[in-house]
Amino acid sequence: MKDFVLIFRNSENPHANPSPEELQERMNWMGGIAAQNKLADKGNRLSATQAKTVHPNDVVTDGPYTEIKEFISGYLIVKAANIEEAVELAKANPIFKTGGNIEVRAVLTPGDNS
Amino acid sequence: MNTQSNTLLPHLFRSEYAKMTAVLCRHFGLQHMEIAEDIVSETFLKATEVWGINGTPENPVAWLYTVAKNRAKDYLKRQHLFDTRIKSALTTPEGYTETEVDFGPKTITDSQLAMIFAVCNPANSREAQICLALQILCGFSVEEIANAFLSKTETIKKRLLRARAVLREDNFQIRELHAAAISSRLEVVLKTLYLLFNEGYFSKTNNHLIRKDLCSEAIRLTLLLTENPLTNTRAANALLALMCFQSSRLDARAGLEGETILFEQQDKNLWSKELIEKGNYYLVNACSGNELSKYHLEAGIAYWHTTPTDTRKWEHILQLYNQLIVMTYSPATALNRTFAFAKVYGAEAGIKEALALQLTDSDDYYALLGYLFTGIDPEKAIGYYGQAITLTKSAAQKKTLEKEIARLREKKNGAI
Repeated sequence: MKDFVLIFRNSENPHANPSPEELQERMNWMGGIAAQNKLADKGNRLSATQAKTVHPNDVVTDGPYTEIKEFISGYLIVKAANIEEAVELAKANPIFKTGGNIEVRAVLTPGDNS
Repeated sequence: MNTQSNTLLPHLFRSEYAKMTAVLCRHFGLQHMEIAEDIVSETFLKATEVWGINGTPENPVAWLYTVAKNRAKDYLKRQHLFDTRIKSALTTPEGYTETEVDFGPKTITDSQLAMIFAVCNPANSREAQICLALQILCGFSVEEIANAFLSKTETIKKRLLRARAVLREDNFQIRELHAAAISSRLEVVLKTLYLLFNEGYFSKTNNHLIRKDLCSEAIRLTLLLTENPLTNTRAANALLALMCFQSSRLDARAGLEGETILFEQQDKNLWSKELIEKGNYYLVNACSGNELSKYHLEAGIAYWHTTPTDTRKWEHILQLYNQLIVMTYSPATALNRTFAFAKVYGAEAGIKEALALQLTDSDDYYALLGYLFTGIDPEKAIGYYGQAITLTKSAAQKKTLEKEIARLREKKNGAI
């Protein structure tokens, strides 16, 4: 089993006014992964408004999304045999209904520099 | 022996043995636990002899306390003589004192509470802790423990011997329960009491009386925690609420032959309203802050189970299971969550979730699949129930499953 970080990207803030149904769907998805004992870390939600980007030479800009229209809204870590399995787990997430996407990235272990 | 003491003594043994041992352990120190137990055993032996001849005393409990008190005094006197005359290198028992052993209600409660913390030593395995708890805190005999675990008495004996050696080496002070000891061990204590309760509630044994005993002992000990301000935490209240809710169904879920009656087939009139109300009371206490332990979630689930079925009930239960499984994984939680999922989204969606679990060495996994397939494909359901039967180690579970298969077969034949 290997750890994969699932990075959620949205163009609209998913934390602002989620409906009870949306919240329920998200929890069902996470609960389903945890029920397979494949949830390594439930991760965190990341704020869309309390956000700054620090650049070289003391330049600080508002938000992560001045140049990109998508921003990271959260992440969590799953355990999976390979990246294909991690992708399958991600596919069932309700984020796609609202135009978001999920980036799946293997966590590198010592010696693995792929 | 007359008939009255015939039934009275076993009863007193169960209720007083642990109390007396706890008080004496506090007096002599944990290192000398065996001395305390010997004194209590001798006291009960004397009771069988004397009560058999002279009849039961007016106040049997006070009689027991007085005899134990005198025996302790004699022991200390002998020990003192031995120490001063022979000047042996042997150390005096810690806590050696000329003062009398006090069997007052406060000392009894304090000693028992301290003993709970002494017994729940993280150096021992969970199983060993439960065995010790049953023997030292609940006065169970080795045979009774073996019965409850469906193990050989020899196995239990060995387990207890090893666990007791660990306790003796531990420098745990039962004289006074310190805040530091409480904060470092309370979690282990709650876990052990939780497992003790589950051992009764989901016991492998078919003996309904043993199961009820285990459950009520776990409740008694948890109640002790909530009665002391130092240990009356929100998690302890949540655990007690959980135990009350579960216990409210104890009588309804045991069939005439000891088989487990499934939740949906239980006679809800047999549920204890008194215990449900107590559960509500402790759950309110538990929820007076922001703390959220796994006991809160489980108590919440158990609470919803006591409510009549309305359309939202299973959604609440599912969301609590989602939180619980994200907090801590266990195969049982995974299966229960899937059951709740099927209740909300239907059997087909439930089957999809269930198959993803791949708990192929669990009888409960196949039992769940059997249940979910019942209305969709009875032939498959029978197959899954059959797989569950080959895997189960519980006679009660086996009976329940066989009943289900027979019911499905009958229905199938009826349809043709």
